[in-house]
Parts: sequence; C-alpha cells; structure tokens
Amino acid sequence: MNELIPLAQSHLLLSGCAVAIGVLAGLPLAIASARSARLRAPVLGLAGLVQTVPALALLALFYPALLILGRATGLAIPALGFLPALIALSLYALLPILRNAVAALEGVDAGVIEAADGLGMTARQRLILVELPLGAPVILAGIRTASVWTIGAATLATTVGQPSLGNLIFSGLQTENWARVLTGCAAAAALALAVDGLLGLIERGLALRSRRRWIAGLAGIAVALAASLVPMPRAGGGETLVIGAKNFSEQYILASVIERRLQAAGYRTERRDNLGSTVAYQALAAGDIDVYVDYSGTLWANILQRTDVPPPERMRAELERRLPVRVIGPLGFENAYALAMRRGRAQALGIATLDDLARAAPRLTLGADLEFLSRPEWRAVRSRYRLDFAGQRSFSPTFMYRAVTDGSADVITAFSSDGRIAALDLVVLADPRRALPSYDALLLAAPGTDRRAIEALAPLVGAIPVERMRQANLMVDRDADKRTPEEAARWLDPDQSRGPAVQRH
Amino acid sequence: MSAFLDIDGLTKRHAGRAALDGVSLAVAQGQLVALVGPSGSGKTTLLKSINRLVEPDEGTIRIGGADVREAPVAELRHGIGYVIQSIGLFPHMNVAENINIVPRLIGSDEDRAAELLDLVALPAEVAGRYPRALSGGQQQRVGVARALAARPRLMLMDEPFGALDPVTRDALGRAYRELHERLGLTTLMVTHDVAEALLLADRVVMLIGGRIRADGTPAELAASTDAEVKAMIDVPRRQAERLAAL
Repeated sequence: MNELIPLAQSHLLLSGCAVAIGVLAGLPLAIASARSARLRAPVLGLAGLVQTVPALALLALFYPALLILGRATGLAIPALGFLPALIALSLYALLPILRNAVAALEGVDAGVIEAADGLGMTARQRLILVELPLGAPVILAGIRTASVWTIGAATLATTVGQPSLGNLIFSGLQTENWARVLTGCAAAAALALAVDGLLGLIERGLALRSRRRWIAGLAGIAVALAASLVPMPRAGGGETLVIGAKNFSEQYILASVIERRLQAAGYRTERRDNLGSTVAYQALAAGDIDVYVDYSGTLWANILQRTDVPPPERMRAELERRLPVRVIGPLGFENAYALAMRRGRAQALGIATLDDLARAAPRLTLGADLEFLSRPEWRAVRSRYRLDFAGQRSFSPTFMYRAVTDGSADVITAFSSDGRIAALDLVVLADPRRALPSYDALLLAAPGTDRRAIEALAPLVGAIPVERMRQANLMVDRDADKRTPEEAARWLDPDQSRGPAVQRH
Repeated sequence: MSAFLDIDGLTKRHAGRAALDGVSLAVAQGQLVALVGPSGSGKTTLLKSINRLVEPDEGTIRIGGADVREAPVAELRHGIGYVIQSIGLFPHMNVAENINIVPRLIGSDEDRAAELLDLVALPAEVAGRYPRALSGGQQQRVGVARALAARPRLMLMDEPFGALDPVTRDALGRAYRELHERLGLTTLMVTHDVAEALLLADRVVMLIGGRIRADGTPAELAASTDAEVKAMIDVPRRQAERLAAL
C-alpha cells in the first residue's frame, strides 16, 4: 500500500501540531489557573465540556464554523482540511494537558513553596526553578495522554477532508476491504504506541534526572516530526488540484478517474475522500476542493431545496443556471435512489411497481441508507404512494445490501448504478408516478477552475454508460476477486493519454 | 543603643479576629530571642511579618533603621535567613545546589557549599547527595546552611527543630546557638517548646492572644508571678523534677 507512508506522515504532522498547540495554550492556562481559583473552575469546566462532545461531531462543527467566519470576515479561511482538523484536535488535547498541569503545580509540597518564597524567589523564579521541574513528570504524563488520544482521534480528520490514517479505515469500511481497515487501525495504534514510548522515556528521564534518557526521547520525537515533513515524490510539477469524493465506492472510483486525467494533463492532485453529501458541495462552492462528481437529484433536493420532479434535461439546465459552480457535464449514467427487492420475494408477493409495494408495505420492512429517511425524496415517495412500512431501519450502504439478502429488510433503497443489484439478483421497482427525481452523475468544478483542467476532464462527459459503472462498482464491492477503486478506475478509463478512450455506447 | 530590629504597633486581623494586637518589640543586634506562646497566639504571624510573608494591617518594622517595605520584597528576603519546621529543601536539587540557591538568585556564582557544610558539621561528601538520602537532622542542618549562604545578619526560624527526635533536636539547638554567636547573628526563633526557649535564648518573649504577655531573660520569666506565664513555665519544670526523682 503505497499510500500508507504519506497518510501516516500527514497523520503524524496533524497530531504533532495539535498536541504542540495544546501544550502552548494549555501550560500558560494551567499556570494562571493554579494561581487563581477564580479562573480554575471555568477553565477546567470549559475544557471538560469540549471533551464531552464526540470527536467526530467536534471536527464536523468546525467546518461550518470556519465557513461562516470566512464569509463574515471576507478572509480566505480554508474550512476544509488541515485547519478545522487542527483546531478540533488541539481543543481535544487541551483537557488532559490542563488538568495534569494544574494538578502538578498544586501538588508541589507546601513547605517547598514556603521555603522558595522565604528565600526570596520571585513568582517567576519559583515557577521556573521549583514548580515546573517538580511538576514535570505529572505534566508530561498529561502530554502523553493527550498525544495518545489525539493520534487516535486524528483518524476522524478524514471526514473534514484532511488526509490521515482514517482514509484507510473509512474507505476500507465502505468497500469492505478489511485488510485496509486493519492496516489503518494498526498503523494508528503503532504511531500512538511509539510516541507514547518516546514521551515515556522523557518522563522517566526527568523523574530519574537522567539526561541521556530524556534527550534520547526528545530526539526521537524530533526525528518523527521531521520525518512527517519529508515531502513524498509526486507525479508532475504544475499546479495542485483537489479532488473530492463522498463515502462510497463509485465516488472513490470516479475520483481516481478524474485524478488520472488531471495527472496526465500535468497537474498535481490531492484527494479529499469521505466527505458528507452537503459538505462536498459547500466545499466546492467555497473553493476548498476543485472538482468532484455529484448527482442532479441530490443537488436539486438538498441545495436548491426543490420538491418538484421535472424531466432530467430541464432539471440539469436549471441546475447549471442556478448553481454558482461550474457544471462540466453529465458523465452519462444515473445513480438514482431506487427501491429494490429480491426477485423471488417480489414475484411471490406480486410486486413490480411502487403502487404494488404500497399495498404490501404494512407487512414489510424498509432498509435505507443513513441519509435517505431524512431526505426530501423519501417524503415525496412516501406521500405520493402512501407508503407505510411495518418497520424502517438505516444501514451503511454495504450493510444495507447484506440486510436485503439475509431477509432483515424486505425492500432497500438501492442505487441504480450499483453492481450489486444484478449480482444479488434484485429487481428495481418501477416509479409510475415519478416521485423520485433523476440522479444524473454530474462532473462539477469550483468557480474559476483553470480552463485547461476543464478541457482535460471534458472527454469524460457522456463517456461512462451505466453498465460500465455498475461493473466497475461491482469490482470493488464484491467479496471474491476484489479490486481497489484505483484498479477499477484504470479499467473504467484505461488510457487517458490518447484522448477519450472510454468506450462510447 | 538603638535597636537592630524595631517592631512598632503591629496589628494583623484574620476574619475580624486580631492575630496580632499592637505588638511592639525592639531587638538588639546579637540577641537570640525566642518567641513562645500557645497555638494561635500570633508568634508565627509576627515572625512572617518581618520577611513580609504576611503583610500586617497596621504598624511598622525596621531592620537596621530601614522600613522593610522600602526595598523590593525579594531583595529583603535575600538578606534574611529563613528556616522552617518542614525544612523545604528542593528535592530536585542536590545539597550543594540547595545551599547555593540564594547566591544564585542574587546572580553570584560563589560556591559556599563546602564551607557551610563544615559550619553545620556535615561531611563534605554530602554536597552531591539529594535531600531524600539524608536523615531529618541532616536535612535541617542543610536548611540552616542554605539560610546562611547569602551572609544574612538576621535569622528567622519557625519551629526549626520541631519535627526532629529529642536527641537530634537538643544537639541541633546547641549547635545553632554556637553558630549564632560565632557569626554574630541576630535570631528570632518561634518555638512551642518552653524548655528549649529557656535553655537556648538570651531573651524570651511570650505572646498570648496576639499581645506580648511577658518579655525578659529566661531567669526573669522563670521568676514571673503572672499566672498564665507561670502555668506555661511550670510544665517543663515539673517534668524535670519528676525526672530527677526517678
């Protein structure tokens, strides 16, 4: 896995910076808090409060917060990637550092403090000559705790578009590539253990007054951080373009296709994978990513907040007119929400359309992906067909397909470009009342994207028919003879150097 | 002879109660004055007012004619030796580093460890040891050496031998008395042990309820007719008689 090293580097760099900020902010705060009881309660309380927010939510919250801040101040504040991840993780690192440092400073023997004062030390001399050296082991233990937490939580930085070892974990979960998930987990654990060991060496060195020990530990940390800064050789020179992807196989494959095209055109590329649906669009509009693929119906319902369902061409035309981003064009296939059942079960119940389904629904269970039940499309389908299921459950896409095969769901909200529809012998139920909009895959670019980059991507427009996309998706999603999204991308768009090599149908 | 240490009208209130209630005291250079009295009588508050670990509400303190509030507080304390019951050696510094700390604060790199260890009758090889490797008595000898490192003329001692076993305590008390004379120090020593005060000091001041109740030589105090003073002095005296009768 050649991406492991750069991901580990960026993981370590992010964690290192977050802990460093935690120390730089935490120590002065702790010193002030140890001196003033009035400050101590609110400072420790606030840091504790931050800690109760789940790390995933804390990271996610800084994305809109920075967007709003950027808009309000007119400054170019990057809302995606390193900055939001750094702020969230620094806040997270603060509590253990603060709490231990306050305890360390307050724990210094009262007789020693009285002697220091009585001998005529100033507050500053007492701090530097007595309190900090005596508190060092406890302070360092706090920094150790913070480092281990931060390295663990940094895997979540992936969700705000900051590459980390979480990339392996999240994409591995989506494509059921368990080796990838384990690699990500093991690498993060190894980093945490190594850093903990080095800090432990410093801690023991300080406690035993062994200069050799703490200098060795410090040198180890310095070497690790320096290694995280060594630039990895990248293809090409040129400008760097950032490619976004949401959190499922098709998105990873298409991002890879785009990446290959751009690299062939001489661009350097970066990836922001596993973005939430609206996060991806907002990031594009704000210029935090340069290009990604989204679906017309999703933009229609979520961004334009529309509930009507016009024909596909009219919807596309209106999206191009109304959205402040560049629509390069449709890729040629649709990835629509489609209600699907196992063929045998549908035939046994005599269900072919959503009207048929409405009659049987009170005895059936619906399995949906994590978003569908809160999306406007679901409200539209439910009211148009008066659907009323016996039960509704949400799954991540992978497990949703599992649910329909093992019978824990009767009907699922499948995706029409998904290879598993054919592979699992599912039937897609017809939508005669046109409740579900079309979901043409649209290639989108940020406003002001380089013309040459758009020209490099233009050959993809209309070049990916749904059968090819399904097959590529299946290559990644199936259990046997599994391929990586990069391999599927190479199959889907084999040789981009000689113009549009994708087969036209 | 004008007093070396001149305390005038010192009052300190804690939560409405007077810890010190108009205390005036003049100490001549070279005297060893013991401050005695029951717990809460104000003797420690009086001692700590001199090096300004406690700021009195009213009154003035002069050392060698200068008001203690004139100079910066750190400078004042550099010139006063301070020895406390809990000793307070810095555990992360070895004995020599502990002894040389005040010269270092002043910016001097003079190493007086060997000389001062000799003065407090400790072997020179103790210099490189850490405080935890010393006995309690040895630690307090280092405490005294540390207090003397910047050549103070005035020593303040708060129950300096209170945590030591009786034999060590007696030896250290007599050793200090000798140092006091040899170096021409002026010493104020708080102790709750009346016998120690009577046997070591030139002058014993008894505080009760924040006021000076008795002030005189050990012999004068021993002859006092004040009931409360007598009660305190009678305790060690009767103990001594009972011991002698054994």
